[in-house]
Amino acid sequence: MTAPQSIAELSRAIRAKERTAVEVVRTTLDRIEAIDPDLGCFHETYPERSLESAAETDRRIGRGESPGPLAGVPIAIKDNIVTGFGRTTCGSRILEHYESPYTATAVERLLDAGAIVIGKTRCDEFAMGSSGENSAFGPTRNPCDPSRVPGGSSSGSAAAVAAGLVPGALGSETGGSIRQPAALCGVVGVKPSYGRVSRWGLVAFGSSLDQVGPFGSCVHDAALLLGVMAGPDRRDSTSSPRDVPDYPGAIEEPVDGLRLGVPRQYLQDDNDPAVNDAVRSAVEVYRDLGAEIVEIDLPLTEYGIATYYVISAAEASANLARYDGVRYGRRAEPAPGEDLYDMYARSRAEGFGDEVQRRIMLGTYVLSAGYHEAFYHRALQVRRLISNEYDQAFEKCHALLGPTSPCTAFPLGQKSDPLQMYLCDLYTINTNIAGICGISIPCGHAEVNGAKLPIGLQIQCKAFDEVTMFRIARLYERTT
Amino acid sequence: MAERLSIDEVRQVATLARLRLSDEQLQLYRGQLSTILDHIAKLSEVDVEGVEPMAHPSDLTNRLDEDVVGESLPVETVLAMAPAIEAGFLAVPKVLPDQEQA
Repeated sequence: MTAPQSIAELSRAIRAKERTAVEVVRTTLDRIEAIDPDLGCFHETYPERSLESAAETDRRIGRGESPGPLAGVPIAIKDNIVTGFGRTTCGSRILEHYESPYTATAVERLLDAGAIVIGKTRCDEFAMGSSGENSAFGPTRNPCDPSRVPGGSSSGSAAAVAAGLVPGALGSETGGSIRQPAALCGVVGVKPSYGRVSRWGLVAFGSSLDQVGPFGSCVHDAALLLGVMAGPDRRDSTSSPRDVPDYPGAIEEPVDGLRLGVPRQYLQDDNDPAVNDAVRSAVEVYRDLGAEIVEIDLPLTEYGIATYYVISAAEASANLARYDGVRYGRRAEPAPGEDLYDMYARSRAEGFGDEVQRRIMLGTYVLSAGYHEAFYHRALQVRRLISNEYDQAFEKCHALLGPTSPCTAFPLGQKSDPLQMYLCDLYTINTNIAGICGISIPCGHAEVNGAKLPIGLQIQCKAFDEVTMFRIARLYERTT
Repeated sequence: MAERLSIDEVRQVATLARLRLSDEQLQLYRGQLSTILDHIAKLSEVDVEGVEPMAHPSDLTNRLDEDVVGESLPVETVLAMAPAIEAGFLAVPKVLPDQEQA
């Protein structure tokens, strides 16, 4: 692995004509071709289109035009965010040949800022998974140790940035799918507040939980990408009209009277001891910098997984009903005497993988007559209580610190039981349930059989307080 | 330990979810879904008396857009994605089933 060049530095060099965008894109494509077969980060790349866009960027710079803050920067896009070119498969057989007729708002804004979309990255099917093993097109491997998973579901995006294949990438989160792979791969990953980034063009999984977010090799790059993508969009009525602060310009500022909360439920004995050690050391770094550390009690933390798997599965069962073999996507070969129902049921059975089928079944069950009250309605009530618990915590501190993931990257094939896999998201899931923001930044390594496995520090802040979140993250990054 | 779901319940859920599964898959999901539901049953420990359900975290209400006609995707673009079309329409197998579906 090579030390990745930052987005800011790369774009500056291109605008200053120290490098051409075409050369940067060509180098990127060559590296992907050479290294990616062993990692499986990319589902497909767009060489022709990327080189054409890069040439156009160079021409604009030559003419003295403003090429945008991301001029010539290669960016990878998770394969569940649509682009009006190439395919968008969501890692699923049911969308294996799907070509979207339009481009997601988040991607459109990156393109408008001069970024080059270099390709689409592998993910767990429909973003359901925590290891990258649920893609219908093969797993992604962790660049730090290819026998291990990169985390998921934004597996390819996290691994591509960690391997230095691209300086930045987009992922999506429903319950930790950016922060958890960022932690396991040793990069920065951000889950923005619900409504901060338009969901237009993000293939829907859990609509009250989903957000698009960035990966970068440093806090500044993640802030830069979020700043470009964030803001209202009339095509997503849940996108917030709030102004977008200058995130990258704000990150070096101090937080006055910084108070950081450490929830007692986050440093459990069940965590990998190396994870707890690294997070405790990070807390001490902040204390040494003058932050006041306060203990916080979040007793509902342990109910997050149960709450999430009711709500997200319920929403998924409704959202994924659209894959019916009628308007787009895979249709099962017709058999004599089959009616419309048979076509639906066989197309969906053939097109969806096991994990997606399980969650559709779970969601169907918790929404069905007789169980709706006991499961779905109750989960929404617990969701309110979890959100209230966060509100109370943020009265006592600016941010909550803890591990992003209870464990480091695990070997491929190790977690075959679905529930064990779900428990990987214990510390990230409640951020989505409450709609607040969170970031994972690298905070050390665990040495396992000679491999250095990254550990992520999670910083959660209240909704739309990304500025504080980035400042606190940057403070640690600058110091260590 | 008794499974939380019977095989008939799993079959019924699969029918509602429009998934035609094999007997092996039904057996596999029965065990896995039962384990997951056992974990989800934890929710009954929480006192939710009088708590307003939270369907989403957004604080926005009634966002209205201007009532103007916008651009739509061309019909041919939309139809190009369909697995089967006939005379400019989406084509599907016969809609009325031979027997009542549950």
